[in-house]
Amino acid sequence: MNKLFENELKVINIGLKSFNETLDERKVSSVQVDWKPPLISDSSLFDVIRNNSDKIETANKEAVKRILNSKPFLTGMGKAIDVIPGMKKNLLLHAGPPVAWDKMCGPMKGAVIGALIYEGFAKTYEEAEKVAASGKIEFSPCHEHATVGPMAGIVSPTMPVFILENEEFGNKGFCTMNEGLGKVLRYGAYDESVIERLRWMENVLYPSLKKAIEKIGKIDLKNIIAQALHMGDEVHNRNRAATSLLYRILAPEIVNTNEKEAAVSVLNFINSNDHFFLNLSMGVAKVSLDAARNIENSSIVVVMSRNGTEFGIQLSGTGDKWFTGVSPIPEALYFTGYTKDDANPDIGDSSITETNGLGGFAIAAAPAIVQFVGGSTNDAVNYTLKMYEITASENTIYKIPYLNFRGTPTGIDVIKVIGKNILPFIDTGVAHKKAGIGQIGAGVLEAPVEPFKKAFIGFTNQLKNI
Amino acid sequence: MIVTGILKRGEYFDSVSLMLIAKKISELEIVLDSAAVMGTPENKSMLQTSGLLTDELQNADDIDLMIAYKCNSQNESDLISKKINEFLKKSDNTNKSSGSLNPSSLESALKILPDANLAMISVAGKYAGDEAMKALQNGLNVMLFSDNVSVEKEIELKKFAKEKGLFVMGPDCGTAIINGVPLAFANVVNRGNIGIVAASGTGLQEVSCLISNSGCGISQAIGTGGRDVKKDVGGIMFLEGIKALAEDKNTGVILLISKPPADEVIIKIIEVVKKIEKPIVGVFLNSPIELFENSKITIAKTLEEGALLAVAYSKKENIEKVFQKINTRDLELKALAEKESAKVNKNQIYLRALFSGGTFCDETQMIFQNVDKDVFSNTPVGRVKKLKDIWKSEKHTIIDLGDDEFTVGRPHPMIDYSTRNKRILAEANDPETAVILLDIVLGYGSNMDPLAEIIPVLKGVKKITSKQKRYLPVICSVTGTEKDPQNRTTVAAALSAEEVLVMDSNAAASKLAKFLIEKKR
Repeated sequence: MNKLFENELKVINIGLKSFNETLDERKVSSVQVDWKPPLISDSSLFDVIRNNSDKIETANKEAVKRILNSKPFLTGMGKAIDVIPGMKKNLLLHAGPPVAWDKMCGPMKGAVIGALIYEGFAKTYEEAEKVAASGKIEFSPCHEHATVGPMAGIVSPTMPVFILENEEFGNKGFCTMNEGLGKVLRYGAYDESVIERLRWMENVLYPSLKKAIEKIGKIDLKNIIAQALHMGDEVHNRNRAATSLLYRILAPEIVNTNEKEAAVSVLNFINSNDHFFLNLSMGVAKVSLDAARNIENSSIVVVMSRNGTEFGIQLSGTGDKWFTGVSPIPEALYFTGYTKDDANPDIGDSSITETNGLGGFAIAAAPAIVQFVGGSTNDAVNYTLKMYEITASENTIYKIPYLNFRGTPTGIDVIKVIGKNILPFIDTGVAHKKAGIGQIGAGVLEAPVEPFKKAFIGFTNQLKNI
Repeated sequence: MIVTGILKRGEYFDSVSLMLIAKKISELEIVLDSAAVMGTPENKSMLQTSGLLTDELQNADDIDLMIAYKCNSQNESDLISKKINEFLKKSDNTNKSSGSLNPSSLESALKILPDANLAMISVAGKYAGDEAMKALQNGLNVMLFSDNVSVEKEIELKKFAKEKGLFVMGPDCGTAIINGVPLAFANVVNRGNIGIVAASGTGLQEVSCLISNSGCGISQAIGTGGRDVKKDVGGIMFLEGIKALAEDKNTGVILLISKPPADEVIIKIIEVVKKIEKPIVGVFLNSPIELFENSKITIAKTLEEGALLAVAYSKKENIEKVFQKINTRDLELKALAEKESAKVNKNQIYLRALFSGGTFCDETQMIFQNVDKDVFSNTPVGRVKKLKDIWKSEKHTIIDLGDDEFTVGRPHPMIDYSTRNKRILAEANDPETAVILLDIVLGYGSNMDPLAEIIPVLKGVKKITSKQKRYLPVICSVTGTEKDPQNRTTVAAALSAEEVLVMDSNAAASKLAKFLIEKKR
């Protein structure tokens, strides 16, 4: 028999807020659900999901377990050509889903030009442009080579890269060293100063770091991120704490293994770049998520990435297939002198951090940068809280002090994204749409709908065909 | 004239917020016609008929907000567009700095309130069924306010709920009182030992208020939604409700309210009540009373009679006294009708009844069944005929303004009086109108300041009739209690001050109107 009459009435109100206001007034315990219709209205697709829910749940548990159990270490450095799988002399890696030269946005084209000059394929802009368009140069997404790159994300064969290893699952990941702010290749700058810095990084920074890391053996990056979250970083738009922690580990061995002059310049370089750790936090996310790839029936997102033209995602259960849509322009705070009209559509592999439960998903841990998300810490907390709605789990290592050390929302489930009509939240830097000007702001964006709709449909179609 | 369409991709507003925005837009003087609705196919065809569907809006999706309006120039259009953006900004108060975030799903809400025992669901009908099923699967009772849920889904939900020992109140259940808590459109009534099962929302509100105003009270009031007692659903929840009240130790008297149930459902009801020891009163408006002969149910003809019979049982009084009391009162009404009819001229011969409560429309039709052969309604019952044009009264006309045809893209007339207000003035202008019959329903969910809506219109009526040298009686029942946020006494007094004949119940109001019309012949 129904027990409703015997117990205190406790209500969950789904829909009209005014009904809940009445309950509040009558002092009835109740929770208001801010319901939104799903992003896809074809209910037959949801029937497919329901009919396979056990299989999906099992697969997603496995995928999330792999993400959470990953143990990413920084283990060494090498030249891209020597260490990145599939890298070759005429190949350039770029951020985001696949994109042809003629479809590339300004900053990415600029970065390609710069890389071609750096590699000695061309001497001038015009020459480089010809080479890029000639078909002799191949382009491929970083993500398809276990690599990630911020903004344009260009990795060329002779560039030095960090090597990360996921000790739990044995997979490796690669990323370049962060160049700092201002005129830099990743924002599409390619002038003499940019190339000069890249050479210095190759000839001074790289050997020093390589020696230091060799001496240290391996560096536990997951541990650094966990600590950095307690120190106000979300390791996407703020990397100040993580960079400092890494600096503390590296400094003695940099001094130990290098000439004084080189050591000073290397330490000053790291010290002056708050984002030095960014590439590594992206690498950590990459090797963790790569471990969760190719789990049949899993609807967990393993890549969110942008090439400045398109925004693309990949799911664990749909293999190497990209689902893409137009890349949006972020809502941002612009540096003096710039406006939204100057902004390039969202670009870079750095949204891999959100995919791994960091960045925008962990913004509640980073009160110092709330001006990017609306100005109040409440806004930041709400953004993180909302992301729990679309994730499969809570992180076991990355925790947020303000939320009573609740684990960050981890493992985006495309079914929840579509069903609840909540899109992943990304905090990001904004590039000028013209090559070479660099960063003009920082801000936030909701991932676009299109890739998620396509992924959901692709995923359900695959279930139907089993 | 130009038509402007604004498409807001992915901006979802609940129906009430949307209607409030729509109302504000339509109130802008330079707007000739307007709509603010979500981009469903049904809404698109609605815009199409009103000539508001611009090319851009053709591409709208279910989750997109469509705003369209007509005005005279591009300048006006830009001005309106600016205003609209302000309205939208104001109504988008989604936790901008409230500090806490409402959950976005039942699952997340359950993490906050794990022992919740009721889900109130008022999302679009297309999705409401699935939300209700999720709630049932999690062991919650459901009050399903949404309409447009398919009957198949309703049956599936109710069968599943019955199996699990849970209630599904609705779909299209506008009101309930559970454990003393008024839900959705409900009044603040005394608690007591009368339990109600109702397949009629306004009916439930009327009887619960009359009971409370008589000094008794309500143990539980369970709404089932009107379709429950029809053949397809077979009265699943109506019967479960009766059984639950039979078991409930705080319920001493059971009161059943419904528009005509299907014959097979009546048989089941009679069967179920056989085993119940508690007194049972039934109001089955427009049902043939013979069907209940020899059953345990004391049948009442009107909602008022049902409420008073339940009160008599609750107070352990002789129920014959109820019938006597009503007879005496009806004599008084006749005397009043005589006085009023003497004041109206001989051309004024027709009733114009304009209801916000659907059940009142049915009850009044029942009372007017044999008054005249020419009685019309937009929702005819029995011998009453169907109105050709719902916007134009014919002879005796009884209208439910809460019916779908009137409420597309508009709030319910209990909230938004504007459609009825216009109609009241139109009826006042008709020299053949002998009496205007109205209802005002108070309580949560309804308009919080009904006097601000109705008083100016009543003054308008007087202006019209005094100009035309006529007297036009206005009769109005007020459903509500002292404890309602609007306060029934205050409302009734203000109406009386405008010379409105205020009645305690719709039955009394309708009878007064009937006597008045009969006097005119």
